[in-house]
Amino acid sequence: MAERTHDITLVVNGTVRRAAVPGRRLLSDCLRHDLGLTGTHVGCEHGVCGCCTVLLDGEPVRSCLTFAVTVDGHEITTVEGLADGERMSPVQRAFAECHGLQCGFCTPGFLCTVTAMLRDNPVPTEEEVLEGISGNLCRCTGYQNIVKAVHRAAEIMAEES
Amino acid sequence: MKPPPFDYHAPRSVAEALDVLAAEGERAKVLAGGQSLIPLLNMRLAAPGHLVDINRLTELAGVEAEPDGVRIGALARHAEVERSEPAAAAQPLLRQALRLVAHPVVRNRGTVVGSLVHADPAAELPAVLTLLGGSVRLARRGGPGTPAAGVSVSPEVPAGGSLTVRDVPAGDFFTGPLESAAGPGELAVSAFFPALPPRSGTAFREVARRHGDYALAGVAALVVLDDDLRITSAAVACVSAGPVPLLVEVTGECGHRPPASAGWAGAARAVQDRAEPEDDIHATAGYRRHLVGVLAERALRDAAREALNG
Repeated sequence: MAERTHDITLVVNGTVRRAAVPGRRLLSDCLRHDLGLTGTHVGCEHGVCGCCTVLLDGEPVRSCLTFAVTVDGHEITTVEGLADGERMSPVQRAFAECHGLQCGFCTPGFLCTVTAMLRDNPVPTEEEVLEGISGNLCRCTGYQNIVKAVHRAAEIMAEES
Repeated sequence: MKPPPFDYHAPRSVAEALDVLAAEGERAKVLAGGQSLIPLLNMRLAAPGHLVDINRLTELAGVEAEPDGVRIGALARHAEVERSEPAAAAQPLLRQALRLVAHPVVRNRGTVVGSLVHADPAAELPAVLTLLGGSVRLARRGGPGTPAAGVSVSPEVPAGGSLTVRDVPAGDFFTGPLESAAGPGELAVSAFFPALPPRSGTAFREVARRHGDYALAGVAALVVLDDDLRITSAAVACVSAGPVPLLVEVTGECGHRPPASAGWAGAARAVQDRAEPEDDIHATAGYRRHLVGVLAERALRDAAREALNG
């Protein structure tokens, strides 16, 4: 028997998107499979790795620990929505400049997490940066360049404001 | 790593949620923040037939700080309670503990009441509710406790149809690992954390392998002083030290003395003697028992310092 679906409407990166999803569709899978936005990566699927972090009404959340149907009617920002057209966001530029990524799998989650962190706290201390990114795992970089990138992003944002 | 199928319900009112829970009984599970439930579903450790999503019940999102304590609705997220200045002023242990709950991103979604109902003995909030002697308010359809028609029995649950509401004290609420007193058909609508008494202080100390991980061991402490600034009451509640939050009263061990000369070491030994930790991949039972003692002494000293400063 076909599984019952629910019609939902999400505002994703400023665009109204509609999908018919079963109740159990994770937001991460809805973004990737139903809406074709594969920038959101799926690592552990139980809330540990942080790769799937997106912004829900501006706040970072684990899209693998959220059902798409629960957030019907809400606004989602994914990594695809961070840049201003062709120009990368300050956080994206800082990650590129500081070599804050190697394989890039964890990067979308870091970018969304850090974007929200610096919006709420434009000049974080070292300790605040470490706590802020503590929920995102990276297996390549050893984190040092990611931490540098967060501070550099704060500088860029201050320069451009 | 995908959840099993379930029938999804999105009630628009508490009354509607209670109707679904009454109809489906043991087959139904309530979804609030989902930060504990959805991992269980993804790993297929849980497979409820019906999921009752309360995320649209914004009337349950309140955080109300009153002189006697803080009442937290079932939809209030950890981050909202953590940021609430009135809640922190009424009961500082809430913010002290919430900063240790998982990662900031998880706290944006997870709820305080959901953590309590999940009843994980490795979690911080059940220990907090236990130490403070708080309670969880459960509502369900039917039953003998039906209030007079048309009378609202609580701020959260409008009357309309028969309704039973009960407040379960923390000591009775946590019944085992991941087991609480919330029965089939019941919805936890709010929790109440009593306010900090005068001349008293609190602290939460824990050791985790990484910030935001489950604690290997953790201790919440509450110390109350009298007018002469001597200890009249001291107690701790321990995380990961048994099947439910472990409450240990250590007033006798501390002695009716000023904090500077209190029997902290004896209190720590008493806590270690009562702890029933288990071995797992992260730590041995012996190491956890050691940690519980060390953390108890530190938390008690911190709480006493807060009491003197407060």
